[in-house]
Amino acid sequence: MTVEQIGSEGKDQFPIGMRVLAVDDDPTCLLLLGTLLRRCQYHVTTTSQAKTALKMLRENKNKFDLVISDVHMPDMDGFKLLEHVGLEMDLPVIMLSANGDTKLVMKGITHGACDYLLKPVRIEELQNIWQHVVRRKKKDRCNSGSKDKPHPDSGEAVGIGNVDNNGKLNKKRKDQNEDEDDERDENGHDNEDPSAQKKPRVVWSVELHRKFVAAVNQLGIDKAVPKKILELMNVEKLTRENVASHLQKFRLYLKRISCVANQQANMAAALGTADSAYLRMGSLNGLGNFHTLAGSDQLHNAAFRSFPPSGVLGRLNTPAGLGIRGLPSPGTIQLGHVQNSGNPTNDLSKLQSFVPGNHNTNILQGMPMSLELDRLQHNKSVGHIGELPTTDSTTVFPGSGNLVDARITGFSNNPLLGVTSNSLMLEGSSQQATSHTSVSAIGFQNGNALSDFTSIAPASNQLQDSKAGSQGQASPINCNAGQIIRSAPQEWNAPRKDAPYQSHALINSSIPINSAMIQLGQCLDRNNSIFHRTTDLDLVGPLNFVDPLSIKHGEGDNSIMEPSVIEKEGYLMFQPRPHGSHVPDNIGSLEDLASAMMKQEGGCNGYSLRTSI
Amino acid sequence: MDVVNQLQRQFIDYSASLHREGFLDDQFTQLQKLQDDNSPDFVVEVASLFFEDCEKLINNMARALEQQQGVDFRQVDASVHQLKGSSSSIGAMRVKDVCVAFRSFCEAQNREGCLRCLQQVTHEYSLLKNKLQTLFRQILAAGGSIPVVE
Repeated sequence: MTVEQIGSEGKDQFPIGMRVLAVDDDPTCLLLLGTLLRRCQYHVTTTSQAKTALKMLRENKNKFDLVISDVHMPDMDGFKLLEHVGLEMDLPVIMLSANGDTKLVMKGITHGACDYLLKPVRIEELQNIWQHVVRRKKKDRCNSGSKDKPHPDSGEAVGIGNVDNNGKLNKKRKDQNEDEDDERDENGHDNEDPSAQKKPRVVWSVELHRKFVAAVNQLGIDKAVPKKILELMNVEKLTRENVASHLQKFRLYLKRISCVANQQANMAAALGTADSAYLRMGSLNGLGNFHTLAGSDQLHNAAFRSFPPSGVLGRLNTPAGLGIRGLPSPGTIQLGHVQNSGNPTNDLSKLQSFVPGNHNTNILQGMPMSLELDRLQHNKSVGHIGELPTTDSTTVFPGSGNLVDARITGFSNNPLLGVTSNSLMLEGSSQQATSHTSVSAIGFQNGNALSDFTSIAPASNQLQDSKAGSQGQASPINCNAGQIIRSAPQEWNAPRKDAPYQSHALINSSIPINSAMIQLGQCLDRNNSIFHRTTDLDLVGPLNFVDPLSIKHGEGDNSIMEPSVIEKEGYLMFQPRPHGSHVPDNIGSLEDLASAMMKQEGGCNGYSLRTSI
Repeated sequence: MDVVNQLQRQFIDYSASLHREGFLDDQFTQLQKLQDDNSPDFVVEVASLFFEDCEKLINNMARALEQQQGVDFRQVDASVHQLKGSSSSIGAMRVKDVCVAFRSFCEAQNREGCLRCLQQVTHEYSLLKNKLQTLFRQILAAGGSIPVVE
């Protein structure tokens, strides 16, 4: 293969020396792949375990340029790994499989793979995989918008020429597309050296993602444009392009989650009401809540399983959104409280508990809760969330967290709530705990969240079984939430200051929330026509991932929320309750829960609930 | 010298016959090309790995198919899938073909069919193993490095 030397003659002789991470559980294939790659003069690292691969990637984001992974692996599904890598590290991933089914290939693409190779893999195909790295770099550069200035002393003229051309092209495109060119200046990531053709990749850390999600929530999913998000996030060296591409990924996630959520919605129907679960939820710290809330094990399981951990991001937002929305104004006030006085920690923690399981199962269950909360809160919470002065930008979440708590008490089976609450809670707690980390958790927990995710999953099963006392095992909630869930239960009552919990939940919550939302919708129907009331979903709305949340109660009665709600792109919408009478019903139950929760928490939750009533 | 040439010839001929008979396909040639000074035993290494893996997978499948209470076809399918992948990677064409048929039986949850395929796979695998071992012996006899066939 002809190795084009783009760039300076320095150590960067791309594509020679491109660092590839190869993952395949089949030793024969792995050896072959490794040898082939070395023959292409790449720098190869091989592993047969997906978990090891993730760990390596997380340890040092800049250690690899490209990942090649088998689809069929025993310890983790290749697509899951793909999503994790795409979200956390934003590296190009190539899928490899002996099965070339169109459906599988399509799945790979939708999960973000930049290529799909068939076994037996041939050296000719591997010789060109470096193009994916270049392409991504160019895209990043484009986004950052600083490519157009000619780099001085670039190595090869060709390289420079390319860069310049690209830059100009980008610039043109940007001018056409964007109204602001300011962001370009913010592109601090740009690598001055064009020859390297590698600009520092923007790493979407948990913290950053949290801000991102908060900003999106604040703006509303419809109005979430990169420019405004960027402004809200107020992060140095972040360009509009970075945000734009991240937003795009986010939306993809939400969409994906919503599909799953749809399925979940059906299951949600099976969710029973569990007042006690509610209470328990509170104690669970969000993670646990999920579990308790979800009356139906099957729901949990189903939801849980169907939810890909990767959906965390999306989920996080949505559930949070739910929570936030549902909270009636009182809730919002609370939020304010939280921020100011910090006592809301209870709320936050409560919220957290709700959200425990972004997992599908949880989500569904949690949904009702959130929906209820919405009702109670009359979307004020939504507004609040944004307003929450939380220290971090993720105001949105903290607020929702509180709200969620309030709601969750009401719902018996809000796995969804749990989920959302997680995200919310995380935020809330962050507020109190002054740990923005919670928020960031929502964003994406790099490493932790994800790893937790896997751990959580098994836990979720347990949770489901132990509905009653699932103390934070809300594993189903979100894989990531696994950690959170675990930690959540204990701290449920106590203001959660530990971010880790939050973060986990957030991440997971994003995914499950979607499903949860849907389920919630259904649950809600059952429990209270909360759905009807939940007009506040809009809180979640902005979040793209809220799709599932957008459970609509078209019908006045408490029929199960249709999964159609899920259709809504990430917009959790609660229809305004058609029947006023519904509210009272719900409120009653909510109140009970709320009071129960209040007792546990110290009444912050009850606050929101009460006020709504 | 003459002997070496003869042996090399032998190897080439034998290798060609294996190709003709369908035991090996193009992929195996690729493997051979990959061998160089940096990895002089590459082909042997890969083949050994394959044999190990193959035996493990066959055992898994046998055990799964023996279950009286109910065969877990998904597990069998997973093993077959992996075997298909590794056999195609090494160029074991006949083994791979059996795997393809095997998979459809798995999907149809046809235990009898699966058992038959399992037998076939085992058979093909043993054949291939013998032939490759012969081939490798020849390679060693021919001077220790596998000459490129084509």
